[in-house]
Amino acid sequence: MDFKMDEFHQDILDMVHEFAVNEVKPLAAEIDRTEEFPMENVKKMAQMGLLGIPFPEEYGGSGMDTLAYIQTVEELSKYCGTTGVIVSAHTSLCCTPIYQFGTEEQKKKYLPKLCSGEWLGAFALTEPNAGTDASGQQTVAVDAGDHWVLNGSKIFITNAGAADVFFVLAMTDKSQGTKGISAFIVEKGFEGFSIGKQEDKMGIRASSTCELVFEDCIVPKENLVGELGKGFKYAMMTLDGGRVGIAAQALGIAEGAIEETVKYVQERKQFGRRLSQFQNTQFELAQMKANTEAAKLLVYQAACAKDDHEAFSHKAAMAKLVASRNASDVTRRCLQLYGGYGYTKDYPIERMMRDAKITEIYEGTSEVQMMVISGWMGVK
Amino acid sequence: MNICVCMKQVPDTNEIKVDPVTHTLVRAGVPSIVNSFDTYAQEVGVRLKEKSGGKLIVLSMGPEQAKEAVKSCLAVGADAGYLISSRSFGGSDTLATSYILSQAIRAVEEKEGLKFDLILCGKQATDGDTAQVGPEIAEHLDLPQITYALDILEENGEILVKREYDAGYDMISTKLPAVITVVKLPYEPRYPTIKSKMAAKKKEIPVLTEADLPSIDLTLCGLNGSPTRVKKTFTPVREKNGVKLEGMEPTDAAKEVVKLLDDAKLL
Amino acid sequence: MGNLNDYKNIWVFIETECGKAKNVGYELLSVAKPLAQQKGCPLVAVVIGKDIEGVAKDAICYGADSAIIVDGPEYEYYTTDAFAKALTGLVEKYKPETLMLGATNNGRDLGPRVSCRLKTGLTADCTAIDIDEETGNIAWTRPTFGGNLMAVIMCPGHRPQMGTVRPGVFKKPAYEKSRTGEVIREEIHTAEEEIRTMLKERVNEVAEAVNLEEAEIIVSGGRGMGSAENFKLLEELAAELGATVGCSRAAVDAGWMPHAHQVGQSGKTVAPKLYFAVGISGAIQHLAGIAGSDTIIAVNKDPDAPIFEVADYGIVGNLNEVVPALIEAFKARKA
Repeated sequence: MDFKMDEFHQDILDMVHEFAVNEVKPLAAEIDRTEEFPMENVKKMAQMGLLGIPFPEEYGGSGMDTLAYIQTVEELSKYCGTTGVIVSAHTSLCCTPIYQFGTEEQKKKYLPKLCSGEWLGAFALTEPNAGTDASGQQTVAVDAGDHWVLNGSKIFITNAGAADVFFVLAMTDKSQGTKGISAFIVEKGFEGFSIGKQEDKMGIRASSTCELVFEDCIVPKENLVGELGKGFKYAMMTLDGGRVGIAAQALGIAEGAIEETVKYVQERKQFGRRLSQFQNTQFELAQMKANTEAAKLLVYQAACAKDDHEAFSHKAAMAKLVASRNASDVTRRCLQLYGGYGYTKDYPIERMMRDAKITEIYEGTSEVQMMVISGWMGVK
Repeated sequence: MNICVCMKQVPDTNEIKVDPVTHTLVRAGVPSIVNSFDTYAQEVGVRLKEKSGGKLIVLSMGPEQAKEAVKSCLAVGADAGYLISSRSFGGSDTLATSYILSQAIRAVEEKEGLKFDLILCGKQATDGDTAQVGPEIAEHLDLPQITYALDILEENGEILVKREYDAGYDMISTKLPAVITVVKLPYEPRYPTIKSKMAAKKKEIPVLTEADLPSIDLTLCGLNGSPTRVKKTFTPVREKNGVKLEGMEPTDAAKEVVKLLDDAKLL
Repeated sequence: MGNLNDYKNIWVFIETECGKAKNVGYELLSVAKPLAQQKGCPLVAVVIGKDIEGVAKDAICYGADSAIIVDGPEYEYYTTDAFAKALTGLVEKYKPETLMLGATNNGRDLGPRVSCRLKTGLTADCTAIDIDEETGNIAWTRPTFGGNLMAVIMCPGHRPQMGTVRPGVFKKPAYEKSRTGEVIREEIHTAEEEIRTMLKERVNEVAEAVNLEEAEIIVSGGRGMGSAENFKLLEELAAELGATVGCSRAAVDAGWMPHAHQVGQSGKTVAPKLYFAVGISGAIQHLAGIAGSDTIIAVNKDPDAPIFEVADYGIVGNLNEVVPALIEAFKARKA
C-alpha cells in the first residue's frame, strides 16, 4: 500500500517536528496545569500554514492532502495532546464541512480566515441529552423570515473558548427525526450566542472545552450550510474525517510515550542495571512499538482512502478504535515502567495517560466505532 | 544591501550519544540540521534585506546532502543558495575551508552580478566549535570583522553591531563590506510555512566545484592546504566515585555534607 | 614558511583592556611553563595594550622569562585590525615556535585572524596541552561535538603552532614578586584609518561583571529550580558562602537567569574550588564547563541524574528542602 510518503511529506513532517519540539513540548506540562489555551502557539502554527493544510490555495489553504494534515496532528500530539486536538477540531470539524458542504460564498467568506488562523473553528453537535445518541438534538432553529433563530445549548465543545466560527447542528423540523436536523455557521459575536462554563477535565486540559448557549440567537439566512434537513448527514460525514484526526492524535500520544520511556529506561538504574537491560522492559517496549506501528498503518490507510475519495467511514472507525485503545494501553504500560516517578507530575507520562483516555471517547466512543465497523461487515 | 550567509550543515549535537558499552559516539540516526548559530545569521540577514532591499544568498560547503540545509534557508527568506562541493575540498581544516569559501564568495558575486555588503556567519559550528571560519574568511578577503554579534542594526546604510561583552555589550560600527559572526539575537528565527517549504523544495541548488572558482589554488584546499592534523579522538571519561546521600532527612543530609566538606578541609 | 627550526620559544599572549590584564593570560603561563622547561626554551609573555608595562612585569612574576610589549593609545580597547597587525608583526620578527591565546571573545576574534595571515594552524578552546613525544610538536587537546568527543590536534608543518585555551581550565600560577626578566618594547603603531571598526558605546547591563571564571565558589541552578523565584534561594546560599551564582542553559532558556550567568559549553567554563549543582541533571554540555572544578556538590531529586556521576558529594532530595537545610548548616558551622 502506498502512503504517498514522498519527500514533500517528509519535509512538512520535519518542519512540524522542529516546531513541536521547540515550541509545543516545553509548554505541554504548563498548559496542562493552568488549562490556559495555547493561543501563542496556535498563532505560530497559523503563520506556518498548519491550520489549513488540506485545503486548496484559492481558499487560503496550504494545498496539501489529508495525509500531511494527519501526520501534523500526530507529530504535535507526540508532545502535547491538547495542541493536537486543537488543530484536529479546527481542521476536521469546522473547515472541512464548510469546504465540503458550504456554498461558494460561505467558502470565500470563512475559509481564508480559518486557514490563515485569523479565525479558529469549532464544531457543535453534542448536547446534554444527545451524546452518543446524537439524533436526539434539542437545539432548535426556527425560520423567522429573513433570518434563523436558534435556541438551546451544546456541551463539551472543543476550542469553544477560543473559537470565532462554529459549525452548529440544530433541529429545524422535529417531525422529520434526523432528517429534520440542519447545519449552520455561527460566529462568535452573533446576538444571543454565548460561551458557557469551561469543563475541568482529566486530560487535554487546555483545549478550552466549553458549553455553548443559544438564547434567541440570530443567524443570517445565508449561514445555513448546504440543504435544509441534511445537517445530520453532514455531521456524520464530518465525524468520519474527524475520527482520522483523533486516531492520529492517539497515535501521536502513544509514540510520544514510547519515545519518553525509551529515554527513561536507558537512564534509570535499579538493581545495578539500567531498566533497559531487563527483558521485561525490552519485551514491553517491543510489543508496544509493534502495536503502535500497526495502528499507524490503519490511520494512514484511512487518511489515504479519504484523499482518494473512497468510502472510508469503516476505515476511519477501525483506525480510531485501534489507535485510541492502543494509546491508553501504551501510556498505562509506559507509566508502569517508570514506576513511582511516572505517577508524579515531574514526568510527562501521567499526563499522556490522561490525555490518551479521551481518544476512546470523543468523536464517537469505541463502542460507536464498533457499531460502524460491524454495520459495514453486515453483522446486524 | 546584498548579503551573503555562510552556513554549515551539522549533526544535531543534542542528539549525539555516547554508547554506554563501547564509549564511542553514536552518530547513526542523528539528524542533520542547519548549525543553530547560522540560523541566527540567516534570520538577521533576512530582516536587514527586508528593510533595505537587495539579495540574500546562502553558501554552504559540504557533501551533496547539504543541499537540504541550503533549501531550508531558502524556505525562510534566502533568495538563492549554492553548495560548494568537491572531492578536492574534502579534509579541509578551517584555514582551507575559509579559503575555499572566500573564493566562492567572489565567484558568486561574479555570477550574480552583485557585490556583497555583508558576509554573515554563525559564531561557530556546533560540531567543530572552533569559531575560526568567519574571521578567516574576513582575512582572506581583507575585510573588517566583528564577531559575537547579538544584533545588527542598519540606519541609512550604516551598520551598527551589538557585540557581546562580559558585563553587557559594545556598540561597534564598521566600514562595509564586512564579515560579522552572530551568537544570538533578541528574537528567534522564523519558521518556514508549508508553502515556502514546498517552493524551496522544488528549487535546484547549483553546485560550485573548483571548475567554477577560476582563481582557486588547489594546493591551498583539502588536506594539502590544511596545516592542522587530528592525531586522535577519544570520548571523555567522567565517572568518579563520590559520596551520594540518599533517603536521608534534608537537614541531616545537609549537616553531613557540611561535615564532610569540613573534614576534607574544603571550606 | 622557511625553515621550521628558525622558530623558537613559547609565547603566551596576555590579553589586556584599558591597561588591565585578563586572568586567562596568567593561567596560560601555568600550562606553558612546563612545556618551555621540557623544550628548554624561554617562556615569553606578549602584551599589547595601553600603559601595560605593569602587566608585563606581573607576567614575569607569574612565571614568564621575558616579555615583549606593544604599547600605544590605539590599543586601549581591542580592535581586530590593530591587534592583528601588532601581533602578526611580532611573530614575523621573532618567529616563536608556539603561540597561545586565551579563548575569550577577543582571543577567539584575534587568533584566527592572525593564524590565517600567517598561514598556519590554530587549535581552538584547548583544555590540555602536551608535547608529542614522537615529533616534539605540541599536542593540543580540545572538546568537539558539544563536548561529546575530545580531539588531539597537531600542526606538524607550520609555525608558529597556535592555540586558544579556555579561561578557567588552568589555575593562575603563584605570584613570585622577586622574579625578574627583560621587557622588550616594540614600537608598532596602527594608524586610525587602518582600523575599520569603531567602538561607539559600551553598555554595562549588570552592575558588576559576572565573574564566574574567576569565582572560588559557584552555586548553580538548573531546570530543576522550577522558577525564577527559586533562584532567590540559591542567592541566599551564595551570600552565605560568598559565592557567585551560576546556572545551566535550561535556566537561561526558561528565562529565569540572564545568559551572563550560564555555565557550560555555550556559556562560561569555570574552575572553582567548590561547585554546587542544584537541580542540574548534568547534560554533557554542562559537564564540559565544570570539569575544572575541584569539588562538585550535587543536589537533585533524581538519584540517577548524571550529575551524581561527577559529583564528589551528592544529596538526593527535594532542593526546596535541601537548600534551606544547607544554608542552616553553613550558618551553624560559622557560629
